[in-house]
Amino acid sequence: AARGCGGVWRWAWQRGARGPSPSPRGQRAAASSARGGAVLVGKSGLAPWVPVVGLEIHAQISSNSKLFSGSQVQFAAPPNSLVSFFDASLPGTLPVLNRRCVEAAVMTGLALNCSINKKSLFDRKHYFYADLPAGYQITQQRVPIAVNGSLSYSLCIDNKMSQMVTKTVRIKQIQLEQDSGKSLHDDTRSQTLVDLNRAGVGLMEVVMEPDMCCGEEAAAAVRELQLILQTLGSSQAVMAEGQLRVDANVSVHRPGKPYGVRTEVKNINSIRFLAKAVDYEIQRQIEELENGGTILNETRAFDSKLGCTVPMRDKEGKQDYRFMPEPNLPPLILYDAKSLPANMNHQQVVNIDWIHERLPDLPSVKRAKLVEQYGILPEHSFALLNEDGLTEFFENVVKQTQMKPKKVIGWILNVLLSYLKQHSLTVKESPISSLMMADLLNLLEKKEISSTAAKQVLAELWKGEEKTPLEIVKEKKLELIQDQKELEQICQAVIDGQENE
Amino acid sequence: QPVAGEVLDHLEQLALVDFRDAEGVERLRRAIQFADQLHEVNTDGVEPMDSVLEDRCLYLREDDVTEGNCAKELLKNAREKVEEYFVAPPGNIPLPKLEERETFLQGS
Repeated sequence: AARGCGGVWRWAWQRGARGPSPSPRGQRAAASSARGGAVLVGKSGLAPWVPVVGLEIHAQISSNSKLFSGSQVQFAAPPNSLVSFFDASLPGTLPVLNRRCVEAAVMTGLALNCSINKKSLFDRKHYFYADLPAGYQITQQRVPIAVNGSLSYSLCIDNKMSQMVTKTVRIKQIQLEQDSGKSLHDDTRSQTLVDLNRAGVGLMEVVMEPDMCCGEEAAAAVRELQLILQTLGSSQAVMAEGQLRVDANVSVHRPGKPYGVRTEVKNINSIRFLAKAVDYEIQRQIEELENGGTILNETRAFDSKLGCTVPMRDKEGKQDYRFMPEPNLPPLILYDAKSLPANMNHQQVVNIDWIHERLPDLPSVKRAKLVEQYGILPEHSFALLNEDGLTEFFENVVKQTQMKPKKVIGWILNVLLSYLKQHSLTVKESPISSLMMADLLNLLEKKEISSTAAKQVLAELWKGEEKTPLEIVKEKKLELIQDQKELEQICQAVIDGQENE
Repeated sequence: QPVAGEVLDHLEQLALVDFRDAEGVERLRRAIQFADQLHEVNTDGVEPMDSVLEDRCLYLREDDVTEGNCAKELLKNAREKVEEYFVAPPGNIPLPKLEERETFLQGS
């Protein structure tokens, strides 16, 4: 696995970096080091810095009920209505493991090329917080369900979609653990309101090794993970609903020297903010160190309004979690085709091979198939998969038109997609259906209209007035004139008009 | 062997226990001494055991919704509530530092 950023670097700070930068004096020049790792040259043009970024990602498992109890998993519900006695940590209750959550973790581990541990253990992680009624979280600290995987993702060089480079980040482990409840801080009345609906929901924690070196890499890796999880169905991974939460660990060091002190950055609510938060923190640390300061091993929160990271309150000092084995749960044993015991109840068995056989095509496979099947470019396939429903739309248009897919893709990505983006619409909400699009492209392909006319028709179709492309063409008289005599007459008229001036 | 003062202070902060007086600390020391007898057994090359239940089968439950919808009952025990929310202090109130606490550990 390639560590750090390879080859050609680019101006990380120039793209859209808004808000107060720690140094008002402008950008840092960047160059690649001899070893191929990304380095950033300081203001003074002297010794460079190597940024190191690792990620801890919590993905909420898509299941009907919680990890260890039978209460429902649902996003918006009346407070404390989805809470069982176990979730509220009432004495005398015990955890009972949800099979669906185990399967989700195995699927995810397999998709990320991990070794699945046939025997994994549960532990208690102790800390006090109002939304953790038991005073501990059940997690898998010693022996998690999956280890040693990898995730490949792609980046555009120089902001051009035409040049893409593939990178890999190592996955240290995936573990099953409980989510905590939600705290609503009421500062005016100096109190916290606690809703335990989320307490006990199953999470997969995906720990990525610090193989990334900037915000863009972190964002690309998380985006690919999000697509994988959504394809598997193991998590819906919608960041806005808290189904995918990312904490970034950031540090900088001199090339060849040991890693620097790292800070943990939390409260990142979107992939865009992830890139900003990471880049800001790297810059902040470099500035601090170049000014002779030191970096504290602290937890910082990202303030999206100001575009900066600030120290987080309530995280005083180093936590001692006093890990201990969860005494109420025996080890989790998983089987494969070879180790499957003959007489066991099917319902009690999770078969790794059975799950492996039923994995759907991952995004990378889907992209390769699109490129092969339709002759489009890799970056086109990326754009198709990046937008929910767009691939289906494209394939439907291709099925219903004579125009070659290589030409269709341009209309989908450059015209339709930009319309959708301008109006903040999803593909599902598009006023233009794939059939209408196909009809229009057929007119174009048969040379009945020009491409300028086609764009005019699209603008009309966009209004969603239920007219077909052909109707609009006739209405606005956009047909291409094919008759030689008629064309001669028009040209002659223009020439005559000129002579009269 | 007495337990170090810093360790006792650390435990009081972490676990929010209160050793209260010399007798409490002595009880802790004797409990540790009792558990230390485990060291007399040679466990080289032996896998640690978490629980005598380790050979039991971990029961897997079907992913069905079978519980919940009892907010009223859960909130019955809450000292304070606001519209079906539990009420808690604004944040963790850390235990004051050793010098500022009224603990007999100060003397040690």
